[in-house]
Amino acid sequence: MRYLSLTDADRHAMLAAIGVPAVEDLYRGVPPSALLTQPVDLPLGMGELEVERALGKLAAQNVAAGSVPSFLGCGAYRHHVPAAVDYLVQRGEFLTSYTPYQPEIAQGTLQALFEYQTQVALITGMDVANASLYDGATATAEAVMMANRLTHRKKAVLAGNLHPHYAETVATYARFNGFALATRPLDPTGNDDPASLIDAETSCVVAQNPGFFGHLRDLAPLAAACRKAGALLVAVVTEPVSLGIVRPPGEMGADIVAGEGQSLGNALNFGGPYLGLFATRDKYVRQAPGRLAGQTHDAEGRRGFVLTLSAREQHIRREKATSNICTNSGLCALAFAIHMALLGEDGFRRLAELNHQSARALAKRLAAVPGVKILTDSFFNEFTLRLPRPAAPIVEALAARKILGGVPVSRFAKEHENLLIVAATETNTADDMEAFAGALAGALR
Amino acid sequence: MSTVRYTKDHEWVRVEGDEAVIGITDYAQTQLGDIVYVELPEVGKRVEQGKEAAVVESVKAASEVYAPVSGEVTGANAALNDDPAKVNSDPMGAGWFFKMKLKDAKELDALMDETAYQKLVEGLG
Repeated sequence: MRYLSLTDADRHAMLAAIGVPAVEDLYRGVPPSALLTQPVDLPLGMGELEVERALGKLAAQNVAAGSVPSFLGCGAYRHHVPAAVDYLVQRGEFLTSYTPYQPEIAQGTLQALFEYQTQVALITGMDVANASLYDGATATAEAVMMANRLTHRKKAVLAGNLHPHYAETVATYARFNGFALATRPLDPTGNDDPASLIDAETSCVVAQNPGFFGHLRDLAPLAAACRKAGALLVAVVTEPVSLGIVRPPGEMGADIVAGEGQSLGNALNFGGPYLGLFATRDKYVRQAPGRLAGQTHDAEGRRGFVLTLSAREQHIRREKATSNICTNSGLCALAFAIHMALLGEDGFRRLAELNHQSARALAKRLAAVPGVKILTDSFFNEFTLRLPRPAAPIVEALAARKILGGVPVSRFAKEHENLLIVAATETNTADDMEAFAGALAGALR
Repeated sequence: MSTVRYTKDHEWVRVEGDEAVIGITDYAQTQLGDIVYVELPEVGKRVEQGKEAAVVESVKAASEVYAPVSGEVTGANAALNDDPAKVNSDPMGAGWFFKMKLKDAKELDALMDETAYQKLVEGLG
């Protein structure tokens, strides 16, 4: 295929072939009022140096999380990603074959996906994980639809600790796939019990741990309540690093785990591309969405990898497929797998401990700021503050001082305007925390 | 006395009184190859003639199995969950899919008998 733009001769040949004198004649059916009479007002071309200068100026207006003390979380976390991850991900052998169009000849890619799946299954405490979905929110929506298929029911209960963006995404799928939702209001206490909304029509309950406001909770009682009613428990994890020390959802009785994998191997990336984690029990695997890499042996007994259970996928079953997912976040999954492999089991636990220590130190420091109350009684690396005044202007004031001081809950729910969600990871130093606490005290004065 | 009838989609139905047993034909299992999974309808489900009632998945493809007649599902062959290969080894016997209570015996008239079905299969080469 040529990628050259059309020449005048090409245009003339095409117009002659369809018997139209000029390009303008193709638009004769468009009302004059809707036609542009002037060219679109865009600047003319620039030289490379000028482009660099113009874009550099634009970029300088950002306050990037990597360049200032950042305490942002809420589903997107800044972690240290070892340089080896980027180097390996960008090797041509991985990068150019990032998605296995002809799976059996992409053995390296399939092996990497298989190892990724193994890691996800291990850290979530589940039997099987797929080769990834697009992000945590769509993975959650897919989990709900899978629960609908398994239970032959059409109503999902969303807990008050579910990230509002995830709830909105599920609501979009519900609207166009015809299932019902019962949604608990956002609950900053962490004690919301969605079990009361379970009825005979409920396919699943979706609950997050750590919750949107940072709380850690035991999901086992909720899992038991679901089981009793014939519903499934979908556990959502937006911060997978927590799984290094927090009891995995699989051990608490979750039937499906949906989550965001960005924290491992992947940068904040302005919100995407991200990585949808998806894991479930063996007995449900045929209803799981997306691709699955499997390990097998070839005719000569050598270890090999395949895409397995493909018959339920869209390229074979068309509109009757288990989901409309035909691909996966291959490169992001690879980055996750490499980061996890570099960490190892001990390193993963140690990373989680560092995050928790960091968050505890931050909580201690912020609790000493006059007027600030910490709402989260049990947390991993993220918690919620109640300020004496609306949080959004305070966050603006902190940003003006080059500190990204958390996410005001008013962005999601106006009624919680005094609440501020802050996260601390291994990237935050004691100096960062001191600067944050000092600036917060100043802004509140 | 039982009556066996066939559909153009290669399902068979064996009727005794108002009970019908449904499966796929030997031709169907040969075409599909090794069967790896069968998704059966739930007992109590109402199915309509010609509408999807089950799914059969082989190493090559996943296909819908259509109800040859209308009625209510009264039983499903749970043995296929553990050993779907029974569909290959004994499609008209141990490889049956589900049983149902027949709603209207007249629907059978639209189906083929053994001779007509064999002719259809031969025509497919």
